[in-house]
Amino acid sequence: MTQQKRTIVEIRNLYKSYHRERLTVPVLYDITFDIAEGEFLALMGPSGSGKTTLLNLIAGIDKADKGSIHVGDVDITTLSETELAHWRANNVGFIFQFYNLIPVLKAIENVELPLHLTSLPTKERHQHAEMALSMVGLAHRMDHYPGEMSGGEQQRVAIARAIVTDPTILVADEPTGDLDRVSAEEILTMMERLNSEMGKTIIMVTHDPRAAQRAKVLRHLDKGYLNNDDSQNPL
Amino acid sequence: MMILKILFRNAFHNKLRSSLTILGIAVAILAFGLLRTVINSWYSGVEAASTSRLVTRNAISIIFPLPISYKEKIRQIEGVKIVSYGNWFGGVYIDEKNFFANFCVDTKTYFELYPEFVLDSLQKKTFLADRKGFVAGRKLAAKYGWKIGDTVTLKGTIYLGNWDFVLRGIYHGRDETVDESQFFFHWDYLNETLKKTAPSWADKVGFYMVGVVRPDVAPDTAIAIDKAFKNSLAETLTETEKAFNQGFIAMSGAIVNAIQMVSFVVIIIIMAVVANTMAMTTRERTGDYSIMKTLGFGGKEITILIFGESLVITLTGCAIGMILTFPAAKVFGSSLANFFPTFLVSTETLYYDVLAAILIAFLAAIIPTRHAIRIRIADGLRRIG
Repeated sequence: MTQQKRTIVEIRNLYKSYHRERLTVPVLYDITFDIAEGEFLALMGPSGSGKTTLLNLIAGIDKADKGSIHVGDVDITTLSETELAHWRANNVGFIFQFYNLIPVLKAIENVELPLHLTSLPTKERHQHAEMALSMVGLAHRMDHYPGEMSGGEQQRVAIARAIVTDPTILVADEPTGDLDRVSAEEILTMMERLNSEMGKTIIMVTHDPRAAQRAKVLRHLDKGYLNNDDSQNPL
Repeated sequence: MMILKILFRNAFHNKLRSSLTILGIAVAILAFGLLRTVINSWYSGVEAASTSRLVTRNAISIIFPLPISYKEKIRQIEGVKIVSYGNWFGGVYIDEKNFFANFCVDTKTYFELYPEFVLDSLQKKTFLADRKGFVAGRKLAAKYGWKIGDTVTLKGTIYLGNWDFVLRGIYHGRDETVDESQFFFHWDYLNETLKKTAPSWADKVGFYMVGVVRPDVAPDTAIAIDKAFKNSLAETLTETEKAFNQGFIAMSGAIVNAIQMVSFVVIIIIMAVVANTMAMTTRERTGDYSIMKTLGFGGKEITILIFGESLVITLTGCAIGMILTFPAAKVFGSSLANFFPTFLVSTETLYYDVLAAILIAFLAAIIPTRHAIRIRIADGLRRIG
């Protein structure tokens, strides 16, 4: 008998469009689906299908026109900008295609950055950051600036930054899009481990089938519509 | 703490751009400081004027003299403590380019009325005893290498001919604001010579300097002096030394206004330079600010980062500019000593420098900050790719 997993993200009738001057460009239509706790979901689809927009909405960095997104017990579509910022700091870890580390901060300082929004004392913040860097195998590079590291190493620092606050969900937007094949494999393995060993819920946007292969669940977006028939990863 | 770390590192991250901006601000602050010092020097005579001294001149114009006989009458007026007098001599040393202020004065009373000119007692005694003697300021004597006992000839431009004088004393200022580039000699020497060569010009003085018993009686005393000579052949106009000096400044008011305008234009130029740098910096860091917003940092932190960076760059340039102002003012002051006998960078000018720098930093950061706060995170992140 398989144990029923708790739903961590519940999306209902979600619509989103962008406004460019007088033009309205619809991006997402009536999206409804759930993400279970501990799931590793890959969102796939061609360019312009709305997958990054959907990820941004789930992560609380963009606002939907209509519909609801519950993460845990919170409907994030009802939160104000300030409340959303606070919610993101506590609940979401971000991994981006271009790593997005702060170039003037060392690896350890980049990882420590989100902890400055917590009440942790300086020493503990440093210890947490060191631990996160050790988990991604970069403890020896903690005093290096992003510019002194390879793309793969920078992405590992970004992962350490994403997990250091122990967020509810990890969102990754094309995490291997800017990496060579070897580095991409390393990053995907790391994400797989975060999911399987630490139980982290991961939502990843990708159009790389090799990356999608690592996910447990696959969802397709096409022209703003979600294909609800392909929830189990056939890859 | 982390925000401050990012702020300072951001400020000097692009070393070339930051250095050039700081250099630009330093040069502009230097120019601003020098222009303010020029204006201050222009007004230094007004600032240094005593509140217990009056100047009495011919009511028609300063170029018309007053009879020496007025001295006794003025002395008898209530509130008057001491009366001295003098004439503008208008001589040049060797040729016209060697111009400096030179006056013949009633030497017995003049130094008593002007204690800010400090003269050694022995030198004063020798000077008073020698009708052809003169006293020069420390800077003037140093400029021409005059030593006590040297004979100096001035060429008269009002009182024509060559006038020989012997240096009997070198005064120094009571403080650094006192003009040390003046030349004083005996009014009696001029008057006795005029009696022989131009008798109609003799027994006339250009102005009376009147010391009053207390500053508060100065206005009434001035009125009383002018009343005493009402309907005489040479009516008088008496005013405080400050007002008298201000009258001279007013003649060159347009130039002072022009300098003031230029100093403000300099500030506007720096503002444009810093605003441009901050706009470029913010555009370049849009991704960084978006990441910080993504991580949960708010508008407050972004504002601190941008305003702080603008302040760090501007104040660094300001500090360098202020430090450079002192040697520059020294060089500027010594090369223009004839026009600006006291050319000192005032504390007020330094305050203006800092105030200008802070104002520039804030104004330059307003629009970039507004932009960085308002941009949607998703749009900001898109720029990185």
